[in-house]
Amino acid sequence: MNTEQQPNFNSTVSIDKVGVEERVSRLNKRSIKNESKMQALKLALSMIDLTTLEGKDSEGKVIQLCSKARTPYAPMPDLPSVAAVCVYPSMVKTAKNALKGTSINVASVATAFPSGMASHQVKLEDTKFAVDAGADEIDMVISRGEFLKGNYNFVYDEIASIKEACGDAHLKVILETGELETYENVRKASDIAMYAGADFIKTSTGKISPAATQPVTLVMLEAIRDYYQATGKMIGMKPAGGIRKAKQALQYLVLVKETLGASWLSPEWFRFGASSLTNDLLMQIVKQETGVYQSSNYFSND
Amino acid sequence: MTQSTKEKSQNGEVKPTSPNSDLKLDFNSFWSYSDAPESSGHIKLKEKYDLFINGEFVAGKKGRMMNTINPSTEKPLAEFTEATSEDVDAAVKSARKAYEKTWSKLSGKERGKYIYRLARMIQEHAKDLAIIESMDGGKPIRESRDVDVPLAAAYFFYYAGWADKLDYAFPGRKADPVGVCGQIIPWNFPLLMLSWKIAPALAAGNTVVLKPAETTPLTALKFAEICQDAGLPDGVVNIVTGAGPTGAAIVDHPDVDKIAFTGSTEVGKIIQKSLAGTEKKFTLELGGKGPNIVFEDAPIDQAVEGIINSIFFNQGHVCCAGSRLLVQEGISDKLLKKLKERMETLIVGDPLDKNTDIGAINSKMQYDKINEYLEIGVNEGATIHQSSVDIPENGYFCKPTLFTDVGQSNRIVQEEIFGPVLTIQTFRTPEEAIDKANNTPFGLAGGIWTDKGSKIFKVSQKIRSGVVWANTFNKFDPTSPFGGYKESGMGREGGLHGLYPYVNLK
Repeated sequence: MNTEQQPNFNSTVSIDKVGVEERVSRLNKRSIKNESKMQALKLALSMIDLTTLEGKDSEGKVIQLCSKARTPYAPMPDLPSVAAVCVYPSMVKTAKNALKGTSINVASVATAFPSGMASHQVKLEDTKFAVDAGADEIDMVISRGEFLKGNYNFVYDEIASIKEACGDAHLKVILETGELETYENVRKASDIAMYAGADFIKTSTGKISPAATQPVTLVMLEAIRDYYQATGKMIGMKPAGGIRKAKQALQYLVLVKETLGASWLSPEWFRFGASSLTNDLLMQIVKQETGVYQSSNYFSND
Repeated sequence: MTQSTKEKSQNGEVKPTSPNSDLKLDFNSFWSYSDAPESSGHIKLKEKYDLFINGEFVAGKKGRMMNTINPSTEKPLAEFTEATSEDVDAAVKSARKAYEKTWSKLSGKERGKYIYRLARMIQEHAKDLAIIESMDGGKPIRESRDVDVPLAAAYFFYYAGWADKLDYAFPGRKADPVGVCGQIIPWNFPLLMLSWKIAPALAAGNTVVLKPAETTPLTALKFAEICQDAGLPDGVVNIVTGAGPTGAAIVDHPDVDKIAFTGSTEVGKIIQKSLAGTEKKFTLELGGKGPNIVFEDAPIDQAVEGIINSIFFNQGHVCCAGSRLLVQEGISDKLLKKLKERMETLIVGDPLDKNTDIGAINSKMQYDKINEYLEIGVNEGATIHQSSVDIPENGYFCKPTLFTDVGQSNRIVQEEIFGPVLTIQTFRTPEEAIDKANNTPFGLAGGIWTDKGSKIFKVSQKIRSGVVWANTFNKFDPTSPFGGYKESGMGREGGLHGLYPYVNLK
């Protein structure tokens, strides 16, 4: 928990919906070509949290995903590996073993993901279980019900206590912006999460529609910028869900570059929560290198 | 880009270093955009352009030629004819003949068909028109592609719709055309201003003689080619090129029934003087010094974006630009910091590059004028701030500029600069903001930024200006009237109001 002066979470930072969406559409007009495109495609690849969060996940599937994380495309061994593999707590051990000897992190969702509808004790246990199993990063969900009720202290305290339970593991706080509905709520939840100790703020679980959108991401990036300038602390950002195409990924990177600047353009500060994005990035990289598109059959589905 | 702030990681990828200690955001190092120029190799420009009179291109009687240059390279693009008063006379005669013999005889429905066709053909040629507009005028392709050309087509579509509905436009009155309209347009939005002028005139049954500005004649001449291809009856649209004397010849021509002028207040006054005592109808769309008022409850990040759009759109060559920022005291430091930060991400350079935010200043003359005002501002004791962006060596480029510590009496606050230069003043109470907003000779456009709806209505009603935008800026639509109070002009263009100057009501 931090000690600097905190904003009053009952007051609202006003945000104009039309203005946010116009800003995004202007940023989407940036044209990314040639070397800058190649650089961005590789950067986006290195920022992926390769994710599988299904009830039917098997150890075999997780191991396969880990090998994709290590070497996304065997014919091009020089490509960067992804940033992390993101799984349920029960799969952390498997993933950790499969990634031994690499710098790829294991991220685990926790705190009764995706709904967060459980007792405080259960959420703490859930978090500790994942950390004990070796998770480097914890993706928690906030209690949206309490937030929408206006019970901001509850949300704040919950995040702070989970942060404590994380120990050395990095904490990503999922706001589930699809359930918060307004940009002003997104901004407020971002502020609460950062002041309560989040290392990253993340848009969505991927289980609710809409998941990540660019306007929501822009609002969160602006919250990160203001927090950085108020406290000197950098917070990471992770849009998750619905980002499937390389073109979208480049648009997100433009958002980051022109809102937060170059310092955030690294897997340390920006992640994509995605799975199918990987293959589209690979396809575009191969296209840039060879000049021709490969069939999707040449890329492994994991 | 410089490599000094980057280090290499194990796999050879360039990585950014950790942030600097003064909490400044670094927008330059690491990933920069590669050049993304719109290709212009296929654009065919003639070496010499004649005048467009009576449906064909004809040489000027005296054969005097002028040059139009690309302001981003200072290289000539084409020669065009300087129309003399004899040429203007020929154009007016052709317009008169077309008015009497064909155009006013056509049914509204038939006229509408032609105007719809012009609108569609502007859309078909949209890409080329946008590229030519950027080459000739220096505006970024992002704007000519996404604003100028689509809006120009939209104005033609809108007024095409009125052509057969004039009986319903002014209930109980019959709307007759005026006759021959002389139209003089500026260099800041060449094709768009052409559409504001020609579309309502033709819809109401008038014929026109139009003079584009001497620094940006090319899209008007391309439009002349479109008129030919569209099979528009000869003489309905005449385009005469040239400078001030050509414009004066149109204004003074005895057989012109209406003058429509968009340009500087200075020239507007001259025109009004020479029209005094004649029966000519006229509309004048002149200068501005728009106030942009930001209250402390405004959505601040969106307000910053709005300020960027209000003053740096089209290099600030916008008569309705929000060139005077009025900020409520409590948020002024915060807003200024954010504004300066946002300015650092503006890209100034090649107008044809798709990533360019601010293109070239339209002409040497305007470039010199802006620089003169920068000097005046500094001499008046104002504090100048410019973004750290690199600008090209050749061509007329100006860095986005802010002036703080300015007073209402300063020339840079009172006079129209018509460039990417913003003055910033603070205020305490809404009353003070309204007083300052109204305290210039102009009254064209303004903006209000607040989260409170009632404040928008209360304040905007007290601002004497033709347009007040709320929580946005520089938005245009064919259905909406546009025009000024005080020295910003008289008459309205756009919407139903824009039809009124082109009809005689009975």
